[in-house]
Amino acid sequence: MTTTLYLPIDTSAIAMGADDVAKALCFQTEKNQQAINLIRNGSRGLFYLEPLLEVQTEQGRVAYGPVTVDDVESLLAQGVLEGNADHPLYLGLTEDIPYLAKQQRLTFKRAGIIDPFSIDDYLAHDGFTGLSNAIALLKQDSNSIVDEIKTSGLRGRGGAAFPTGIKWQTVLDAKTTSAEQQKYIVCNADEGDSGTFSDRLLMEADPFSLIEGMIIAGLAVGATQGYIYLRSEYPQAQFILEKAIASAYQHQYLGDNIQGSGQRFDLEVRLGAGAYICGEETSLLESLEGKRGLVRAKPPLPAIEGLFGQPTIVNNVISLATVPIILAKGAAYYQHFGIGRSRGTLPFQLAGNIKQGGLVELAFGTTLADILHDFGAGTYTGEPIKAIQVGGPLGAYLSESQWQTQLDYEAFSAINAVLGHGGIVVFDNSVSMTEQARFAMEFCAVESCGKCTPCRIGSTRGVEVIDNMIIASQQDSSNEQSVALNELLVDLCDTMIDGSLCAMGSMTPIPVKSIMTHFADDFISDMPVHHAEKVTVKEQR
Amino acid sequence: MNANGKEQSTEKTITLFVDNKKKLPGALLPILHDIQQHFGYIPQPAIVIIAQGLQQTEAEIYGVISFYAHFHLEQPGRHIIEVCRGEACQAMGSTALEQAIKSQLGVDFGQTTADKNYTLEPVYCLGNCACSPSIKVGRKTYGRMSSSKFAKLIKTLSLYQLNLGEER
Repeated sequence: MTTTLYLPIDTSAIAMGADDVAKALCFQTEKNQQAINLIRNGSRGLFYLEPLLEVQTEQGRVAYGPVTVDDVESLLAQGVLEGNADHPLYLGLTEDIPYLAKQQRLTFKRAGIIDPFSIDDYLAHDGFTGLSNAIALLKQDSNSIVDEIKTSGLRGRGGAAFPTGIKWQTVLDAKTTSAEQQKYIVCNADEGDSGTFSDRLLMEADPFSLIEGMIIAGLAVGATQGYIYLRSEYPQAQFILEKAIASAYQHQYLGDNIQGSGQRFDLEVRLGAGAYICGEETSLLESLEGKRGLVRAKPPLPAIEGLFGQPTIVNNVISLATVPIILAKGAAYYQHFGIGRSRGTLPFQLAGNIKQGGLVELAFGTTLADILHDFGAGTYTGEPIKAIQVGGPLGAYLSESQWQTQLDYEAFSAINAVLGHGGIVVFDNSVSMTEQARFAMEFCAVESCGKCTPCRIGSTRGVEVIDNMIIASQQDSSNEQSVALNELLVDLCDTMIDGSLCAMGSMTPIPVKSIMTHFADDFISDMPVHHAEKVTVKEQR
Repeated sequence: MNANGKEQSTEKTITLFVDNKKKLPGALLPILHDIQQHFGYIPQPAIVIIAQGLQQTEAEIYGVISFYAHFHLEQPGRHIIEVCRGEACQAMGSTALEQAIKSQLGVDFGQTTADKNYTLEPVYCLGNCACSPSIKVGRKTYGRMSSSKFAKLIKTLSLYQLNLGEER
């Protein structure tokens, strides 16, 4: 009898040794003359358990993890192929692992379950149901798909949280500059925020859902060309997406006549080249056009004058990959999840110094404290948590008093923080808040596109002012000087907030100010001595 | 092949890549990726050839290449090692790891070892943030990296394996 095994082909799983485990499994089972069918699935997102090996049994899929090459022999000897419970790595039925069972998986409902290369597997798990419904809706009324997205309450998951339906309506209503021109759907897959990996996980685990979402977007607004702008740091996602796109063409889901509907949509992956700023939508469009990724002034909005000057939807991977379930189950179903004006779910990403890191998809409205308690299991190092940065490098550092804040867009703005793309980076008590504030400015100096002065020069000055504050504190300078430098930094932050062209410059002060406000006792004083000395030496040269 | 012949074949290859994709809308990045994928960097003659093919100035082409951290104008080492400097990696001690890697290789960011084996680059997030700290070698990302694991890893990245086609 042939046993079906699943082992992820996801970047993180491979980074933890999945490819080697796969080789060992094939080698050892051949040697033992055991018949297996090894499927390289996407990850379930339980990264602390990767490589996670699953075995198909009569009761369902049974999991073992994290598996190393050294475990393979003992696993096979102890009846892993029968789903034996005696091995120390045995985790029980995958679906019953509390980390997974406690989630509300909508966008990621297929992640880790299906074979990302198999369109048949996708179809067998409700794939393309949303597209069929969209084609039917379109026959009734040209505005009907956009209406459905509006009703769902979906907002941009890239971080800006702009209502997706309104963006789509703008593109639907906009005209191309001439009849020969076309509208575009651009997927922003330039997931550069540290602490985030939901886009990557989705593209590697369920690429067809993104493809389906983009086709629906194309039908909704009359766009005929799509591009996935993917960061070059994600070669595995590129490999999987390109295979999936080729398969979608083969099965007439892409091309001239989608499923006999007479509708056309073409799709291509385009690679970025290591520029964080290209995650900003106008910079991304410049890059797609073959230029330096310099931010454009808005207006005009990309929805009206976007790629090659034509009406363009620019949406994040998660926004687009959520579209199929909205069309499949109806806007009301999706809208039912969430709280206030934050409807649906957000895939939170638990990262950094955390024992149980991974993807946690939940409806809006839970709290950081709940996520940490229900999923995190404390820090990886075992030390107490000191600070949590939410929303990427441009997000605030939150101190313990803020962890009860409800996780929704409005509640976070109210405490001068951002939910962004849902990244949660945990730091233990060894963190230097001064270093983190300095790094926020340094990162902006490295990644600024250079178009506007507050961002380009402000970030460099920010690093310098913080360095001067460190030097002043070491030299026991007068209190007056420290106060003056503090005021200078606040003033600089305000200039960047008010004067920058895009979010890069205007949000870099968010982490800095959050540290100045909520970690005031640590700021400057907690600079490690060795680093402080380096700063002093550099200044003296 | 003599030096002149080699130059000619480089130019021919580049011309082929340019001709292949120059009709694409926004062709420049795809062309640059193809060239770098083939040569490991963007050889100098490429700038003129691309400029002619796309009817742009050499300055424009150079401007684009220099904007993006991913593109190299000089031949890097046989392995490009990228060390993540993102916050999720910092939370797991990447600053110390970065120092350890620099001292093991004896180079700073942006430099290549004397034996031309390794080029060290910073990278800002590899999307492996639940298993940090991370580094990337060629196309492969490694999680939970430490200075001792790194020492073992570079032993396996020998020229011998490169010749077997195991890497890149």
